[in-house]
Amino acid sequence: MEDREIAIDVKNLEISYRCLKSFSIRKSLFQLKKSKVEVYEAVRDVSFQVPKGEIMGMVGRNGSGKSTMLRAMAGIIAPDSGTIDLHGHNVSLMSIGVGFQKKLSGRENILLSGMLLGFSEKQVRDKMDEIIKFAELGRFIDMPVKTYSSGMYSKLAFSITAVLESDIMLIDEVLSVGDAKFKKKSYRKMKELISNKNRTVVIVSHSSDTLRKLCTSLMWLHNGKIRMLGKTDEVLDAYEKFMN
Amino acid sequence: MKFFKDIKKYWSYTVRSAKAELKSEVASSYLSWLWWILDPLLFMMVYTFIAVIVFEKGGKYFPIFVFIGLTMWNFFNTVVLGSVKIVKNNSATVSKVYIPKFILVIKRMMVNGFKMAISFILVFILMGVYQVPVSYHILYIFPVLAVMMLVTFGISNLMLHFGVFVEDLRNVMTVVMRLCFYMSGIFYSISERVPEPYNKIMQQWNPAAFLIDCARQCLIYSGTPARKVLLVWGVVGLILSVLSIKVVYKYENSYVKVI
Repeated sequence: MEDREIAIDVKNLEISYRCLKSFSIRKSLFQLKKSKVEVYEAVRDVSFQVPKGEIMGMVGRNGSGKSTMLRAMAGIIAPDSGTIDLHGHNVSLMSIGVGFQKKLSGRENILLSGMLLGFSEKQVRDKMDEIIKFAELGRFIDMPVKTYSSGMYSKLAFSITAVLESDIMLIDEVLSVGDAKFKKKSYRKMKELISNKNRTVVIVSHSSDTLRKLCTSLMWLHNGKIRMLGKTDEVLDAYEKFMN
Repeated sequence: MKFFKDIKKYWSYTVRSAKAELKSEVASSYLSWLWWILDPLLFMMVYTFIAVIVFEKGGKYFPIFVFIGLTMWNFFNTVVLGSVKIVKNNSATVSKVYIPKFILVIKRMMVNGFKMAISFILVFILMGVYQVPVSYHILYIFPVLAVMMLVTFGISNLMLHFGVFVEDLRNVMTVVMRLCFYMSGIFYSISERVPEPYNKIMQQWNPAAFLIDCARQCLIYSGTPARKVLLVWGVVGLILSVLSIKVVYKYENSYVKVI
C-alpha cells in the first residue's frame, strides 16, 4: 500500500459550525447580552490518506461528520484548520437531491451541472444521449425539472455524475435510488465505474451489504473522529457490534 | 489573478445559465418575451401620467426621459435586491458543487443586462419617433454604462456576502432601494425640481441618480456628462468590486454552513 499514489490526502482536518448562525438585526437589537457562541465540532482533527484506485467506505451514526467530510473534500465548505489535498484530481459529489434549477428542463440541467463539474459544453453534449438513456426519463427530459417525481429527480442526478466520470467520486447515500430495476442498473454502473484502477471513490452508506460488496477499505467515524480505519470486514463487524 | 482565472473558467457556464434562465422565463409566461418590452413601456406610461397629468410637471422629451431612468433603474434595482438572497436561492447548486459565488451575481447581471439592452433599443426607437437630435455625445453612453456595471457589481457582491449572514437584510434593502428610487429622479428632473444646493448633492452622491442623469444628457440633450464625477464613480466602483471580490473569496466556503 505504501508505494501507491495518493489521491486524497487529509491532514488534521477540523470543521466546526460555530457562531456562523445567521443573525437578524431585530434579534441583535433586543438581545443586549451577547448570546453564547455555540460550537458544533463536526469533524475533529482527522487525518487519513486514500490511495489512487481505492474504494473507501465511510460509516458512522447520523451526525458523525460523514457528509461534512465529503463536502469539504468536494471543496464546498472550507476547513477551519487542516488541509485537504486532492493532488489536482477533479472531484464530483453525488448526493441525494442534487441541485437542479427547477424551472429548466432536464436537458438544460444536464448541461449546466456538467459544466459546473468542470466539463466543457462539447464534452457534456457528447455524453448527453448516454445520460438521457441511462436516466430512463423518456419525454420528461424536455420538461421542467419541477414536474419530476422524486425518483426521476434522483435518477437524473445519478446518471449525470455516473456518466460524466471524474477522477474522484464522492458518493453520499445514493445507491438506493429509483425503482428496483434502476437500483440494479445503478449498482452495475457503480461496479463498472469502480473497476477503473485510476478512479478513487469514497462511499457513505448505511447499507452493510453495499459496503461489503463494493469497498476495499472502510472508515468508521464517531463524533467527528476516526474510530477505526481498515479492511472492510473487520471494521464493519466492529461497527455492527457497536450499533447493536 | 484568481478572479480572472475563475471568470475565464466559468464564463461558458455563466453564459449558458443566463440564456437558460431567459429561455425559461419566456417559456413560462403567456406573452413571453413581449414582457421585456411591455414592462418598461407600461411603467413609463404610469409615471408619465402621474408626472404630467397629476403634478403637471413635464419636460422636454418627457416619456423618453422617464424611459431611460426606468431602464437603468430596473437593472440596478433588480440586480442589487436580487443579490441579497442569491446564495440561499441557489442553495441547490451551491451546496453540491463549488462555484465562485460572484458568478451568481454576474449571471444575474447578464440576464438583466440583456433586458436592459432590449429596453435601450426601445429608447432609440422612441428617440426616432420624437425626432430627438443626435450628436456624437451619444457615445458617452458606453463609459456611463461601464461605470454602472462596476458600481452594481461591487454593491451586489457586498449584498451577497452580508445577505448570507444577516437574515433581515432583504427587508432593510427593500426600503433603502425604494428611498433611492424616489431620490434618483426617475420621473422628475432633480436639477430643476430640487432647490440649490440640495440638487447637486442628490445628484452627485447617489450613483443611480448621477448615472441616469449622465445617460439622459448624452442621449437626448446632446450634452457632455460630468466627466470628473463619472471618473470618480468609476474608481469607487472599481474599489468596491475589488474589495467585495476579496471578501467573497475569503468567506464563500462558510456560506454553505449557514444556509
